Amino acid sequence: MTKVEAIIQPQKLEAVKAALVEAGVSGMSVFEIRGHGKQKGHTEIYRGREYNVDLLPKVKIEMVLPDNLVQRAIQVIVGAARTGKIGDGKVFVSKVDEAIRIRNDERGEIAL
Amino acid sequence: MRHTFLKSFAVIVLLATFAPFGVAFVAPGMTNKPANLAEQQAERLARLEQQLAETKAQARSSGDNAWVLMSSALVLLMTGPGLALFYGGLVRKKNVLGTMMQSFAMMAIITVVWAVVGYSLCFAPGNGFIGGLQHAWLRGVGAAPNPDYAATIPQQTHMIYQLMFAIITPALISGAFAERMKFSAMAVFLVLWTLLVYCPMAHMIWGTGGFLNATLGGKIPVLDFAGGTVVHITSGVSALVCAWFLGKRLGYPSEPMPPHSVVLTFVGGCLLWVGWFGFNAGSALSAGSLASSAFVATQFGAAAGAIAWTTVEWMRSGKPSALGAVSGAVAGLATITQGSGFVGPMSALIIGGVAGVCCYSMVAIVKARFGYDDSLDAFGVHGIGGSVGALLTGVLAARAINPVFQGGAVGAIDGNWRQPIHQLAGIGIGWALAIVGTSVILKVVDMTIGLRVSAEHEVQGLDATQHGEEGYYWEA
Repeated sequence: MTKVEAIIQPQKLEAVKAALVEAGVSGMSVFEIRGHGKQKGHTEIYRGREYNVDLLPKVKIEMVLPDNLVQRAIQVIVGAARTGKIGDGKVFVSKVDEAIRIRNDERGEIAL
Repeated sequence: MRHTFLKSFAVIVLLATFAPFGVAFVAPGMTNKPANLAEQQAERLARLEQQLAETKAQARSSGDNAWVLMSSALVLLMTGPGLALFYGGLVRKKNVLGTMMQSFAMMAIITVVWAVVGYSLCFAPGNGFIGGLQHAWLRGVGAAPNPDYAATIPQQTHMIYQLMFAIITPALISGAFAERMKFSAMAVFLVLWTLLVYCPMAHMIWGTGGFLNATLGGKIPVLDFAGGTVVHITSGVSALVCAWFLGKRLGYPSEPMPPHSVVLTFVGGCLLWVGWFGFNAGSALSAGSLASSAFVATQFGAAAGAIAWTTVEWMRSGKPSALGAVSGAVAGLATITQGSGFVGPMSALIIGGVAGVCCYSMVAIVKARFGYDDSLDAFGVHGIGGSVGALLTGVLAARAINPVFQGGAVGAIDGNWRQPIHQLAGIGIGWALAIVGTSVILKVVDMTIGLRVSAEHEVQGLDATQHGEEGYYWEA
């Protein structure tokens, strides 16, 4: 079992979600976050005072997938989220030790 | 034979008695009738004229009273939720309720103070500097007008209208000590401030026999139509003293503290603009053409202020901000307040424009240079706006708008070159009273209760530590 975390531009969320569902991903969690990589922030001004806003709004999608779905998922995420500019985001992949379905105590890949 | 005489006598008497009536019936306007009719008509005419005068007076009173009562409600709306939202949006999320509570507390507490002693100290006859206690507990304040102030409305209306001013003035100061003042200390401080700074200033300029009253026996006639000096200078300068006395917020100015909701500030600002019609036009204490004139001046001052601030900001920072536009309107309104019932519409545009530029400079340039933390710009907008407006009133007041000096020249443009100097005297006294009064009260309250919350509480936020609440509990 593998966790795939994708940090993307907020405006790409609908496209990425649709693509994942079409690819057979059945569950995901979505977070609104602020962050930055290489992308520079911008300046906001309130009553003459400048505020350097370097934490930009992003969206993080998290999903735990059976191993055979991981490459397909990464492919559709990158495809739907890419614009070619700095700030597109990143995808992280990590191993998951256990998954449990709370409703009926199923464990392992059948719980995903 | 005897009976014949008696009969004749009876007939003659009867004829004499009833003949006039018969003649009146038959030939009106003959014999005595013309005199009676003329008298009756004259009497009826006199009665009708008196009824007409009474009806006109009643209608006028009705109109005046309705307008001033409405204005009272509008001015209260300026505090709650106008100022509460305006200030609330400017602070960090963790302090939104605490900030709004500072305005709301005034709505409740000052009402009681006003009833017990506040109205009397402002408006009862006393000496040149403070009123007496004749109206303590609102004794004698009822349906009968007080001709010193407003001859066509009940004195109760005058009292309740003035209360709304006494409420918003201390509430304005809270902008200076936002995000770091103890609620208890704030309540005590602002009550003492109202009694020791607001009441004397209001009495001096508006109260009968006040030292600075332009029309009711003042030694130095200061023109203040709706409170540029009484409200804005006193609160704005006191705000500066508070900001200096309490010190900066933890993390200011290096930590970014942008407004948590310009949306709330925007809504509050618009409520302030509309409510200000009650503040200025209501100060005519009547519903006639002077109210119209003040209404117009108010609108023009606000609009010019918004445009001026936005223009300067656009040139300096590259973009016209929503916060700037709303702030500019408020600056224009604060500045036009003093002259709203004395200056013409074009003068109001000028005053608003000057306000936008001056207050923007104060807030965006000068404040940073001096380094004080007037968190919500109470001094920058109200202290400076009020002072500028007070002076410009002396320049631009015109007898054509309001012949307040019995037809004599009013402002400098009328030819009365002394008026700006008189205005300066009022400004100076306002500054002095605010500085001295506020300093003393702050010292006393700090020594007894302690003004500032602890550093830990300041970091946690006022909502949690002073009020046990969260402004936004989205998870529920």
